[in-house]
Amino acid sequence: MSDLSGVHRSHSYYEASARGRLTHLLDAGSFRELLGPTERLTSPHLELLGQPCAFDDGIVIGRGRLDGRPVLVASQEGGFMGGAVGEVHGAKLTGLLELAVHEHPAAILLLLESGGVRLHEANAGLIAISEIIRALLAARAAGIPVIGLIGGIYGCFGGMGIVARCCDRLIINEEGRLGLSGPDVIETTMGVEEFDASDRALVWRTVGGKHRFLLGEVQQLVADDLAAFRTAVVEALGQPLQGLTLESLEREHQGLADRLANYGDCLDATEIWAALGLENPLQVPLLDIPTFLQVASQAGREGA
Amino acid sequence: MTVEALLNQLFPSGHAVQTREGVLTGSATTPKGAIAVMGTGSHLAVGVEAAMALADFVLKVVKEWPGRPLLMLVDTQGQRLSRRDELLGINGYLAHLVKCLELARLRGHRLLSLAYGEAVSGGFLSFGLMADEIHALPDAKVRVMNLTAMARITKLPLEMLEEMSATSPSFAPGVENFFKLGGVRSVWSDNISEQLEEAIARQTVGDQRRKDGLERHGRKLAHEVSQLVAAGGTRT
Repeated sequence: MSDLSGVHRSHSYYEASARGRLTHLLDAGSFRELLGPTERLTSPHLELLGQPCAFDDGIVIGRGRLDGRPVLVASQEGGFMGGAVGEVHGAKLTGLLELAVHEHPAAILLLLESGGVRLHEANAGLIAISEIIRALLAARAAGIPVIGLIGGIYGCFGGMGIVARCCDRLIINEEGRLGLSGPDVIETTMGVEEFDASDRALVWRTVGGKHRFLLGEVQQLVADDLAAFRTAVVEALGQPLQGLTLESLEREHQGLADRLANYGDCLDATEIWAALGLENPLQVPLLDIPTFLQVASQAGREGA
Repeated sequence: MTVEALLNQLFPSGHAVQTREGVLTGSATTPKGAIAVMGTGSHLAVGVEAAMALADFVLKVVKEWPGRPLLMLVDTQGQRLSRRDELLGINGYLAHLVKCLELARLRGHRLLSLAYGEAVSGGFLSFGLMADEIHALPDAKVRVMNLTAMARITKLPLEMLEEMSATSPSFAPGVENFFKLGGVRSVWSDNISEQLEEAIARQTVGDQRRKDGLERHGRKLAHEVSQLVAAGGTRT
């Protein structure tokens, strides 16, 4: 065996649990959980239906430090019902965003992995996501940066896909998927001709990290390594706040209108990439991250 | 109820609200003054174009009619389910609409919504659910999904979900259930123009829904849990 000391051992964001991600993302030993599993706050609705419950209802929240700075964090556990939002899960996140307004941390970090509303308690889940959105925007209005991280097995969909795009900045890995209606939902409702959810390449082209980065929806694309996410968050903390102003929203409005005008008729992501000026659009899914970022930057797409 | 009938009942002294491709925009007169009106009709599935049209209107209201209250009329079957909308990043378009509404709130516009047709999932989330006060007509169809679909997806027996729905408002569709959960502030069964006048005149501080849900015994934990976290996680 060769000597592996000094070799950086990477920890996959994609494969890590909600708690595992926090362990490697934050300063060592700095995480302090709020309403942790010992409080046994489970979903009363799942219990009523005789379904398995989780003592944290699928979300870990708390305080920590990043690069020495105080942050509030929430991390959704995809392993429990795909990170879906129920009454308690949602209330923990809303409460954390409200706590931020009192504590004014350097940032709120949201490690998003969710299919959206938990259908076992659908009505409460939908209202909960609406409450999360309002609390998130109130925190932003109070001047607190909200940074979203996406890169887990279940992606970030449904109402949580809207929540993600309400953040100041997003960081994603190539494996990360971000959208509204998941491919399975579209296929089931509209038919396989509309969206073949089993076509993995199509799914990744349509909702995957690289496409989201090229559209400018996420600001940083990183390797599937928790250390890379950590570096990206530190970098994000140094960026100026977007702010919820008329000017910033008019700018966003123009950007979205342009996107619709320029790419509204494209049938596939590769057509959009070609229109963006990427040289070999069909090769984009195969590029490693450094090469991809170089190609994107040559086409003037730097995620901002 | 048709949009025209609804508008006539809401605004006996007149309105100038147009409908274009299922999107309603315009203004109306009430005894409390002018009000901006926007929303959807014909159970519109909200896609990227509709989200842009609505956001466009909100920004116009903010710029041209500073401080004017805004009423959102909700009739949507949900977000548009299409690969093309996902390709364009529909979640970002709906988030943009949500942010424009928050901007209006921050700049002193009172935001009200009235679910008069269907009020479903992502479509409802992107505008109606952003209001300071969310109201509904008694026959509005507020839901995420019906029990048959829920039974199929959750693999739970339909009979069980039906039985549970009798005691818990979290499962089955319906205005009454959303009322109990705090997601609907009140049901406007008659004199809707007077109800609107009163809603314009009231003031709402923050998001009242968890409190309403607790008082109505529909959502028993959301208020307490969020309060506990917001207080720093210490039980007092």
